[in-house]
Amino acid sequence: MLRIVFSLAVVVSLLMPVGAVSADEVVVYSARKEHLIKPLFDRFTNETGIEVRYVTDKAGPLLQRLKAEGKRTPADVLMTVDAGNLWHAAENGVLASIDSPVLTANVPSHLRDRDGRWFGLSERARTIVYNTERVDPSELSTYEDLADPKWKGRLCLRTSKKVYNQSLVATLIARLGEEKTEEIVRGWVANLAAAPFSNDTKTMEAVAAGQCDVAIVNTYYFGRLEKKDPDINLALFWPNQSTSGVHINVSGAGVTRYAKHPENAQKLLEWLSSPAAQSDFAGLNAEYPVNPDVEPTPQVQAWGSFKADKLNVAEAGRLQADAIRLMDRAGYR
Amino acid sequence: MRSAPQPVVLHSLGAGGSAPDGAWRWAARLLAVTVLVPLAVILGSWLSVDPAVWSHLGGTILPRLLVNTAWLVAGVAVGTLLIGVSLAWLTTMCEFPGRRVLDWALMLPFALPAYVLAFVFVGVLDFAGPVQSGLRSLFGLPPAWSFEVRNTFGVIAVMTLVLYPYVYMLARVSFLGQGPSAYEAGRSLGLGPWAAFLRVSLPMARPGIVAGLSLALMEALADFGAVSVFNFDTFTTAIYKSWFGFFDLQSAAQLASILLTLVLVALVVERRFRDRARFAQTGRGGQRRIRLHGARAWAASAVGWGVLFLAFVAPVTQLMIWAWEVFGDLDRRYVDLFLHTLSLGVMAGLLTVIAAFVLAYANRYHGDTSTRISVRVGTLGYALPGSVLAVGVMLSLTWIDNRIADGVAWLTGEDGGLLLSGTVFALLMAYFARFLAVAYGPVDSGLEGIRPSVRDAARSLGSGQWETVWRVYLPMLRPGLLTAGLLVLVDVMKEMPATLLLRPFGWDTLAVRIFELTSEGEWERAALPAVALLLVGLVPVILLVRRSAR
Repeated sequence: MLRIVFSLAVVVSLLMPVGAVSADEVVVYSARKEHLIKPLFDRFTNETGIEVRYVTDKAGPLLQRLKAEGKRTPADVLMTVDAGNLWHAAENGVLASIDSPVLTANVPSHLRDRDGRWFGLSERARTIVYNTERVDPSELSTYEDLADPKWKGRLCLRTSKKVYNQSLVATLIARLGEEKTEEIVRGWVANLAAAPFSNDTKTMEAVAAGQCDVAIVNTYYFGRLEKKDPDINLALFWPNQSTSGVHINVSGAGVTRYAKHPENAQKLLEWLSSPAAQSDFAGLNAEYPVNPDVEPTPQVQAWGSFKADKLNVAEAGRLQADAIRLMDRAGYR
Repeated sequence: MRSAPQPVVLHSLGAGGSAPDGAWRWAARLLAVTVLVPLAVILGSWLSVDPAVWSHLGGTILPRLLVNTAWLVAGVAVGTLLIGVSLAWLTTMCEFPGRRVLDWALMLPFALPAYVLAFVFVGVLDFAGPVQSGLRSLFGLPPAWSFEVRNTFGVIAVMTLVLYPYVYMLARVSFLGQGPSAYEAGRSLGLGPWAAFLRVSLPMARPGIVAGLSLALMEALADFGAVSVFNFDTFTTAIYKSWFGFFDLQSAAQLASILLTLVLVALVVERRFRDRARFAQTGRGGQRRIRLHGARAWAASAVGWGVLFLAFVAPVTQLMIWAWEVFGDLDRRYVDLFLHTLSLGVMAGLLTVIAAFVLAYANRYHGDTSTRISVRVGTLGYALPGSVLAVGVMLSLTWIDNRIADGVAWLTGEDGGLLLSGTVFALLMAYFARFLAVAYGPVDSGLEGIRPSVRDAARSLGSGQWETVWRVYLPMLRPGLLTAGLLVLVDVMKEMPATLLLRPFGWDTLAVRIFELTSEGEWERAALPAVALLLVGLVPVILLVRRSAR
């Protein structure tokens, strides 16, 4: 038995990557999933000769790891979904301010950190989806309106534990204040047709099956369902068009404070924000490019254009804890 | 905590402070320290307290979470005991149609991660799923007709189906060790079949059953994946909310350490109440099984197959269908995923089983108070939610790593960077800390079944210290060691949070692949790596079966 252990140990040590830091690479800690980033990393390597090494995990653990590793971290780039996560990373001091004219030109100002610590790379709209057989779109107007008693027993929501809903409620707080927002969230909870769901897809399936009539979801989840079943009895509605606009969030990235390859890291971010990469970065997941010069995919364009909320997405991070507390008080599970 | 071996044995060994005692005790302490370090990081969170988070949680969600958690634990305890113990009894002691297959097949559900079964269960049975939609259209029911599955009962059902194998496997080892002779002795002394089972066989198997049950309950308590599919809030919800919502790892660690304390108290209390009596196996009984006839035989068969169907056949069939739809995802990388998954599992399995044996043997034959504490500490890792323990291991290792690097930099003037972080070593540390408890249960309950006189006999026949262990104990403990190895192997392959946080670059496993797909809700696509994981998990199960077949 011992012999087996030893031989395994030898095998492992042979397999182990050599710790040496090579000059032409960039190391990414990513909470964006692998199959949405790897194709782009491969192209980046092809075009620049810079190898991309990456490891994926949830944002919380990755941030903790960056903090613990401190100045010896191998990571050059932290990539996550949701502005709240990026905001917390910046607050924790693990991201460096970078001054890049390319990035400031490519990424609109409300989708990046004011100090250049992180930049949105794709835009995600969280909007209303409805059952086309049971809802006349003229009934719909705003997120706030879903708290109206006319939606009693007709609303489905994903759990409040998902950061997307926390960010949505955080922006409501930023706009309407805590008291008004809590009233709205209580209204949502009172209107629920079923206990909150664990993910957006399940929520939409419930709407399609007629368990409820409307829900709030990210558009790319709808895109996925639509691809599978083009005739699905669901459609998107753009709320708050005459007021604040549709709630948007970003997936994005920043250069780490102790990056070993800061130039390569900046190069990667600049490349990802460039027209050449943007249509794929957003397109692989049916999201919206942040770069205004780049069109979304035809499927996404077919959903129509809308007025988006121009509030800086960092606000969602700042008010995230308040939003969670508010939802807990309102009994939104 | 263990009742001491008979005084006679102690005298004949001349125990007390001899050289081998010291060696075993130090080994046990060393093992415990490896687990203690990450736990200490978690406990260290109490150095400062953020009252805001606590008063918020206490005032809003905590009361409901505690009630939910209590229901979950109670339900899973009853469920896994009923299913696990009765099936273990039937397959080891009785003879009925299908017994031979059920004997090993009933271990299979263990290879299915809880969150996967939860997802299949909700996907198939919820309002929009095929079952309810089918019923509505088949019987022309109103469109709003439905029944709720995302509730307490549903969570308990899923957790029971996934976790009963712990109880089943450990009870099975105990019953196998007893052989039928004890039961028959009870019967011949005038006890009815039920009385003989309840008053003789069950108490004798208690250590094994309790070991299995505590593993099942610790996993139920620490689970986050399955309960979040149901959006069922338990104590772990508060832990994750503090960490991922409020970005307050400290409060999360404090909550986790409360969980840890509760488990510790429960285990200590159980030991207190356990009968002082000791049982030892009387040697393997022969092949005589109680032959069931007629309706009883078919009832036994039906229960076995029913559980197997619900816990394994049905969900796996659904997974296969989903996997087939995304078969195009299968590419060359799966070779690496397989190899990484299997090699990590095997390495961690060997490591923890050896350690568990050292710990259990030291405690039983060379133990003092420090050894008992070592056992307690060493087997606590399983009570923590995986992510929390993983971050504990990561924080402690990185801290040590940074100090080493500081030292190197001071000596040589050059910063060599981090040595341990991001290596297989770090990952094995985490597996070790988490799964030592899993290996300890079967090994210790196996050891409990070996009469202390066996050891004396071996010694009096001139067998030395190591020879006794090597040639007497290890062979006799085989079922326990194999069960321990299997449990750890499969648990490691399913493990997600520590693997995600600590794996070296490129060391993706099948569980990592499942995470990639499920983190954005692509559960059906995750069926492919889930089926692959299942296949890898089946290999050791079948291996165990062939080895332990009598």
